[in-house]
Amino acid sequence: MTEWVVETRDLTKRYGNVVAVDRLNLRVAPGEVFGMLGPNGSGKTTTILMLLGLTEPTSGIVRVMGLDPARRPLSVKARVGYIPDQVGFYDDLTARENLIYIAKLNGIPRADAYRRIDEVLERMGLTEVADRPVATYSRGMRQRLGVAEVLLKRPALIIMDEPTLGLDPEAARDFLGIIRDLKAQGITILIASHLLHQVQAVCDRVGLFHRGQMVLEGTVEQLARQVLAGGYRVHVETAGTPSSILEALRRVPDVTKVEQTGPDRYVVEGHRDLRGEVARAVVEVGGYLRSLHLEEPSLDDVYARYFQEVEHGGGS
Amino acid sequence: MAAEVEVRRVREGSPWTGLWAVVTKEMADYLTGVRMQILEALIVLTAAGTVFAAAENLRTTVGQDRFLFLRLFTVQYEPLPAFVGFLAFLVPLIAIALTFDTVNGEFNRRTMSRVLAQPIYRDALLFGKFLAGLFTLALVLMAIWLLVFGLGLVRLGVPPGGEEVARSLWFLLATVFYGGVWMALALLFSVQFRQPATAALSAIAVWLFFAVFWSMIANLLASVLFPMRYGLVQEVLAQSQAALTLARFSPITLYTEIALALLTPSVRAFGLLLPMQLEGWILGAPLPLRQSLLLVWPQLTGLIAITVLLFAVSYISFQRQEIRA
Ligand SMILES: Nc1ncnc2c1ncn2[C@@H]1O[C@H](COP(=O)(O)OP(=O)(O)O)[C@@H](O)[C@H]1O
Ligand SMILES: [Mg+2]
Repeated sequence: MTEWVVETRDLTKRYGNVVAVDRLNLRVAPGEVFGMLGPNGSGKTTTILMLLGLTEPTSGIVRVMGLDPARRPLSVKARVGYIPDQVGFYDDLTARENLIYIAKLNGIPRADAYRRIDEVLERMGLTEVADRPVATYSRGMRQRLGVAEVLLKRPALIIMDEPTLGLDPEAARDFLGIIRDLKAQGITILIASHLLHQVQAVCDRVGLFHRGQMVLEGTVEQLARQVLAGGYRVHVETAGTPSSILEALRRVPDVTKVEQTGPDRYVVEGHRDLRGEVARAVVEVGGYLRSLHLEEPSLDDVYARYFQEVEHGGGS
Repeated sequence: MAAEVEVRRVREGSPWTGLWAVVTKEMADYLTGVRMQILEALIVLTAAGTVFAAAENLRTTVGQDRFLFLRLFTVQYEPLPAFVGFLAFLVPLIAIALTFDTVNGEFNRRTMSRVLAQPIYRDALLFGKFLAGLFTLALVLMAIWLLVFGLGLVRLGVPPGGEEVARSLWFLLATVFYGGVWMALALLFSVQFRQPATAALSAIAVWLFFAVFWSMIANLLASVLFPMRYGLVQEVLAQSQAALTLARFSPITLYTEIALALLTPSVRAFGLLLPMQLEGWILGAPLPLRQSLLLVWPQLTGLIAITVLLFAVSYISFQRQEIRA
């Protein structure tokens, strides 16, 4: 039980007739970055609220660091940092004042609190603007202030709801970098997001949510292999092409599909990384190899394909 | 034993963890906010105006009245109402203005979930907000009390007696409790309504109802329930008694009675008095403070009871709310 940082068993939340979370079995291991991914309204936020005791489950069991958030709310909340969707601060207070309030609520002794506040502000690159009212902050700065705030309590687990929503691409990339740093520090991280492609890069494992259920779970690669029959796609570009190249590519062992996408362009799909075999095949039939690259399996594809199958195939 | 274990399992730690952090933060917000400065200016101006007028009026009677300072609060000098009247009117407004957006404001700023994700109970947040409002009100009233006494000293030229200080301090306390009622009401609406404007309007509507309409309704109801058929004294008594009882459902009536008894030591009872009830009383002789306090004890506990009730309703409602912002 205690080996998981987060564990739920048949966790369910109903609002009248709406089932927001449906018999969810979620497990997050220590030190990993877990992504709860899925479209809006798939039950991610509701799950988080139940993990923190901010709303009551209809049924099922929740354990956070082995503790029941309903019974031991103070112990749980002392060790879990939460950055809500569109995190809000007291706009007329400065960043530092906002943090002082949170430090007090956590019962951190004053001298210690000031030291920690300087530390986390520095770490999030907010030292320069620490004494400006939060009203003047950009969305990205607020998000970083949110991280600074949760770091104050030296959390074992950080839960982030839609952390990259509304950030410009650069700020989003920076923020993903911050998440990697936190992971390197050994903090377990749970991210909820509907922006699959942004978040997949930092997640060790992901769970795909659909209508309150976690329909798929695993590493991005596992999901790709499972859902996109040929998980690995190699893009090939050739020059001075003999017409036999297409034939040669088809003969490569383990290839599941070859597609010609342009006069000199091909996409080769397989169950594993086939770049070496593809290169040899092209050269052996006298072709020039211009470029060769492996496409990262994309969660967006996984998601789209999965639900295509669910809907058309009728299976699960 | 078993029950104790059960309780411990249900609730970990103290419900008041973080209470003082909330109280100090909220008080700092109130005291530095523009809203508070406007309210302060308003109340200081009325206090200075009414008390100054009263002092001018009372200068002629220095030496004749044992409770000259108390009269500063109650004497009316046209066209201004007495200072007590102003307080009965203004304190609800201040209390409502301070609290109507305290809970829904956190939701609207999206700070609620962040605050409640800290290791505190909702109890501490709600009670802390209420206490901070009450302390702020007490602080303002204390300042006004000092202002009144200062003005009195300067304009009347005599120091207040010990009993006058004691009585006016009790009055100050009662005023804080009176403010507490309206604060608990505004807090309740601020928990119930997500829109601060709705909460403010609802609280003001309740206040207007009691300030303007309730005494009329009480009289009307009394005359319907106890009609005058034969013009008997008993009928008059029954009707006025009923009207008074009904009127006492309003915190404003309760407060006015408390103020009257505390600041006018000669008041021995409320409502209509019959000549035979006055028998044996030396008319006009002031009651000792203890007796005056006994007289208003039901009203005072009434105010506290309303406050506790309103707070309890807000508390239950807040405990059940989902914190999605
Ligand atoms: N208070 C509520 N009453 C009724 N339905 C709700 C309530 N809150 C959320 N829902 C529903 O629950 C479902 C899950 O919502 P949510 O957990 O916010 O999804 P996500 O965070 O994945 O976008 C949605 O269909 C939403 O409409
Ligand atoms: Mg959400």
